[in-house]
Amino acid sequence: MSTAKQQAPLVSVGDVSKHFGEGSTRVDALREVSLEVYPGEVVALLGPSGSGKTTLLNVIGCITEPSSGRVSLDTELVYDGRWLRDDLRKLRLEKIGFIFQFHNLLPFLNSKDNVAVVLSLAEFDADAASRRAVELLDYLEVGHRKDAMPAKLSGGEAQRVAIARALANKPRIILADEPTAALDSQRAGIVMDLLRKVAEEQQAAVLAVTHDEKIFNRFDHIFHLRDGRLEAGHG
Amino acid sequence: MNLAYRDIRHNLGRFLLTCFGLSLLLGVVLSMIGIYRGLVEDALTLVRTPGVDVWVVESGTRGPFAESSRIPGDTREAIARLHGVSAAGSITYQSIETRHEGVKLRLYVVGYEPGRPGGPDRIIAGRALGRSHYEMLADRRTGLKPGDRVTLGRDTFTVVGLTDGQVSSGGDPVIYLTLKDSQQLQFELAPPAARREMARGAGPGTTDTVNAIVARVRPNASADTVVETVQRWKHLAAMTQAGQEIILTRSVVERARKQIGLFTAILLVVSAVIIALILYTMTMDKIREIATLKLIGAPDRTIIGLILQQALAMGVIGFGFGALLIITIKDYFPRRVVLQPEDGLALAAAVIVVCVISSGLGVRLALKVDPATALGG
Ligand SMILES: Nc1ncnc2c1ncn2[C@@H]1O[C@H](COP(=O)(O)OP(=O)(O)O)[C@@H](O)[C@H]1O
Ligand SMILES: [Mg+2]
Repeated sequence: MSTAKQQAPLVSVGDVSKHFGEGSTRVDALREVSLEVYPGEVVALLGPSGSGKTTLLNVIGCITEPSSGRVSLDTELVYDGRWLRDDLRKLRLEKIGFIFQFHNLLPFLNSKDNVAVVLSLAEFDADAASRRAVELLDYLEVGHRKDAMPAKLSGGEAQRVAIARALANKPRIILADEPTAALDSQRAGIVMDLLRKVAEEQQAAVLAVTHDEKIFNRFDHIFHLRDGRLEAGHG
Repeated sequence: MNLAYRDIRHNLGRFLLTCFGLSLLLGVVLSMIGIYRGLVEDALTLVRTPGVDVWVVESGTRGPFAESSRIPGDTREAIARLHGVSAAGSITYQSIETRHEGVKLRLYVVGYEPGRPGGPDRIIAGRALGRSHYEMLADRRTGLKPGDRVTLGRDTFTVVGLTDGQVSSGGDPVIYLTLKDSQQLQFELAPPAARREMARGAGPGTTDTVNAIVARVRPNASADTVVETVQRWKHLAAMTQAGQEIILTRSVVERARKQIGLFTAILLVVSAVIIALILYTMTMDKIREIATLKLIGAPDRTIIGLILQQALAMGVIGFGFGALLIITIKDYFPRRVVLQPEDGLALAAAVIVVCVISSGLGVRLALKVDPATALGG
């Protein structure tokens, strides 16, 4: 992906540390982590349980403020003191799409409305939101399930609806926490293909936490975390 | 897209069941208020029916309802002659028990002089008392009908007409007799010793005693002046209509009023606590969805809106069902239940306020939810 690196990084993390608690209860979840993700890239975050993967994702996702260090998203420096909680929320809505380990669909909305809800939060009018939601579900090949409630969807279908929701507002940054953990290898492959397609077509950066060895070969780069520290990667 | 509505629709059965439970509770609150109002209204019925301005009773008493009062029957003529008085009538009051067609009847007997103040204000069936003996008017609640014959004391009376809503402060339905018949009845039912005294014409009573004299004053005269004049006669006491109503509400129903008032207040507090608990639990059940909504960028007002709208929906539906329920069954209560629109509105307002305040608890919880919890550990 040499062409990608000529552009500015979409995600840039510099010397980020994060600790929880103080004194004897202090936990250093992240220690001076630096990484960059470029448009069109699909990268993985790998590491044993408790190594700080989710914390890093939360820092990048404007959910958890780091104790020190810099985070820029799409060249904008966040957490620099000017950012209020509500600004971070708007940034999440505009720039970031989240995909969860468990799909986290809203149980009281059907597939289409689970996608459309993001658009209505972004102040799309109802018709436009509905149309775009159906388009996205078709794009992810779950258009035929648009009226189904989440409880009636299979694991793979639910995860694809969740991805459609993550993509609804055309985010440039997609953060995924173990997106394929609940899927078999065939479905996991389909999901990874989709993320790849989105990264390329929308020039987005995809950062996925994974344990899933069967999909390691699908990433442009793999970052290894151990005890909150980034190890030299390969990829 | 209204999230509150969609969530309710998704769990409709559970939501409606919750609303139904709440409606029973609010129905009980509403009926307590209605019973309270009914109690006061019942107590005032007998005082208000004659439509008079002045009550004259035995000196040193606050009769004829709060305390017993006996005055000579000829007092009425003296009162009627007072300056400013347009009409006066003698009245007797007593409780009696009898049987009719095998059923025990508790009745409150009012004796009055037809043509003078003291009788019923409205007859809904049959006619007024026509002859001076052995006729009676009965309230609809006695279950009697015109033509029925009822034994009171040694005599049998024929129901000639019906009244509506005439009950004593104890809730017993009222019958009206002529003054002469009721005096005879009082004499017959008095203890034997007192009866002998009365028959001899000795002691405080002769058979011609009444319990109160009621009087109307002319439009240009003052009831207070009439009361002052009567007060100067040492064997009589007097009060205005307003004074009599105050005695009734202050003394006769005061305890029952306080009892029911306190109970209603406790019920309101219980309802508030239950509403708060329900709303808190409803929020607790949605923590994960709320975290997800926050994570995907929903503003606080979306989340507050979700909780508040559901709280209000629950309050409005619960109150609506409850009110409907009580309106439907209120006539089956043994005593009068008076539902006043302003009481309903006040309770509705209280429920709304409680819902808003209680949802504050849920909102606080929801706003504290860390969006990171949606991602899991
Ligand atoms: N909110 C928190 N409060 C205290 N400690 C936390 C919190 N979040 C994470 N940690 C700690 O930080 C470390 C890294 O956690 P996490 O980022 O969840 O690891 P991973 O996702 O790699 O399993 C762990 O030791 C965890 O216990
Ligand atoms: Mg994790």
